Amino acid sequence: MRQDHIISAKQLSREDIEEVLDRAGEIAADPSSFQGRHEGSLLGLLFFEPSTRTKMSFSAAMKRLGGDIVDMGTVESSSVKKGESLADTVRVVEGYADALVLRHPSEGSAKMASEFVAVPLINAGDGAGQHPTQTLLDLYTIRENAGFEDLTIGIMGDLKYGRTVHSLAHALTVFDARQHFISPESLQLPRSVRYDLHEAGADVREHTELDEVLPELDVLYVTRIQEERFPDESEYHEVAGEYQIDASTLSAANDDLTVMHPLPRVDEIDHDVDGTSAAKYFDQAHNGVPVRMALLDMVLGGDR
Amino acid sequence: MSSDQELRVSKIQSGTVIDHISAGQALNVLAIIGIDGTGGEEVSVAMNMPSDRLGKKDIVKVEGRELSQNEMDVLSLIAPAATINIVRNYEVVGKHPVERPAVVTGVLECPNRHCITTKNEPVDSEFEVLDDGVRCAYCDTIIREEIAAHRKSDTFRHSGAARLFGQVLLKPFCPWVVRRGYGLRLDR
Repeated sequence: MRQDHIISAKQLSREDIEEVLDRAGEIAADPSSFQGRHEGSLLGLLFFEPSTRTKMSFSAAMKRLGGDIVDMGTVESSSVKKGESLADTVRVVEGYADALVLRHPSEGSAKMASEFVAVPLINAGDGAGQHPTQTLLDLYTIRENAGFEDLTIGIMGDLKYGRTVHSLAHALTVFDARQHFISPESLQLPRSVRYDLHEAGADVREHTELDEVLPELDVLYVTRIQEERFPDESEYHEVAGEYQIDASTLSAANDDLTVMHPLPRVDEIDHDVDGTSAAKYFDQAHNGVPVRMALLDMVLGGDR
Repeated sequence: MSSDQELRVSKIQSGTVIDHISAGQALNVLAIIGIDGTGGEEVSVAMNMPSDRLGKKDIVKVEGRELSQNEMDVLSLIAPAATINIVRNYEVVGKHPVERPAVVTGVLECPNRHCITTKNEPVDSEFEVLDDGVRCAYCDTIIREEIAAHRKSDTFRHSGAARLFGQVLLKPFCPWVVRRGYGLRLDR
C-alpha cells in the first residue's frame, strides 16, 4: 500500500484493505516478530475530542512496534485554547513526530490537516465524517468471524451521525456485501453516503425494524443512538428502546451470527449477550492493536 | 415596438454582460456573483427575453465588474448556456461561453456548519461537480437545490439581503423592465 495519509475508507481499495488485514493477522499470530521494528519513531497524537479505545490502542500499537508517542493532551491544556488554528497546530507538531493521528470534531478536518503536513496523517475520526482505522479493525473482525464470501450484514442504530457506519458502509462495497441498514427514519444514512453506495452499485436495503432482516444476517453491527440527536428525552427513550438487543432477540438469528459494536455501548446491547457465542465486540476492540500496528508499520515504511 | 416606446439601457463602459442565462435565473446569477445592490454597482437585469437559442433567456449587465474564473465556474452550474462578455471602454474584448468544471473552488460556502471549511482555517471551500449538484470535497455534503443561496458570505456579505433583493425588490421591478423592452440588444 502506498498511501501517505489515511483519511477516508473511500480511498482504500480491496487490495489495500487486504494488505493491512493480512499484516495484522501476521502480527496477531506472532507479535514478537514486529517488536522493536520502529524503535526511535515517534507518533504524534492530536485528539481534540475525548477518546479511550482509539487513543489507547494507537499508543499501545506504537509502543509495541518499539516506538513512542508524543501527545498534545487535552484541548483545554493546549495552544488550541489560545485560538490556534488546526492548520497551524499540525504544521508545528509534524516537526515533533514521524506520523500524526488526528481526531477532531469538524468534518473534513483530517483532509484539510493532511494538506498542510508532509508526514503521514491518520484520521482517527472527523466529526460525523469518517473513521477509517475503526473500519479496518471492523473488517478484520468480520473476516475472522464471518468472512467476506457472500456476506450479509445488518448495521443498526445511528446511521446518520455515526462515522464508524459511514466508513464501514463505504469499505463493504469493495467486498460486494449485502448491507441492511436498520434505524429510525430520523437517523437514516445521510445523502452523501447513499450517493456513494449508489455509485458503487452496492446491494443496500433500509429497514426500520430489526426482525424484518435478523434471520438473514451473518453480522449484526450495532451502534449507539445518542440522546442529543433527539429534541426531547422521552422521544429518545421511545426510539432508542426499539434498537436494543438482548439474548432473547438473538433467538431469531442465524446460529453463526456475529454481533459487533464499536463501543462504548450504553444499553443498546444488554449484558446478557456478552456471554453468548455471538458477542465479538470485545475481541473487536482488542483487534484495534494489531490492525493499528499493521497500519502504522505500513505508513512508517515497514514495507520498504 | 417603436423606438420612442423603447427604453434603452446604455452600453456599459467597462464590466460584464452575462447573456443566455436560463430564463428565470438572473437573480440567482446576481446572487452567485455577490451582487445585492448594497455595493453600489450599476446593474441591469432583463428576464424572459425572447431568444432564438433558448426560447427565453435572462440577461445581466454589471458596470465596473469582471468575473473571476471561480465565479464563472459556479455560474455554469445554474446557467449552463450563459455567455460572458467582458467589456472595456465600450468594446467587447472577450466573449466566451461558461464551461462546466470538475470542481468549483472558493465561491460557495458549505452548508454543513461542522465542516472544517466553515471554521477559521486557511482553506478555500471546494466542491466536486456532480450531474445534479455539487459535493463538498472536505465533508462530502451534497447540495442539489438553491446552489446560489450558498454563495460564500465573506464576499457576499448579506445573503439574507440578497434573497430580499431578489424576492421583494427586484421581482416586481423586472416584469416592468421586460414589458418596456429595455434595450438590452445582445445576440440571442
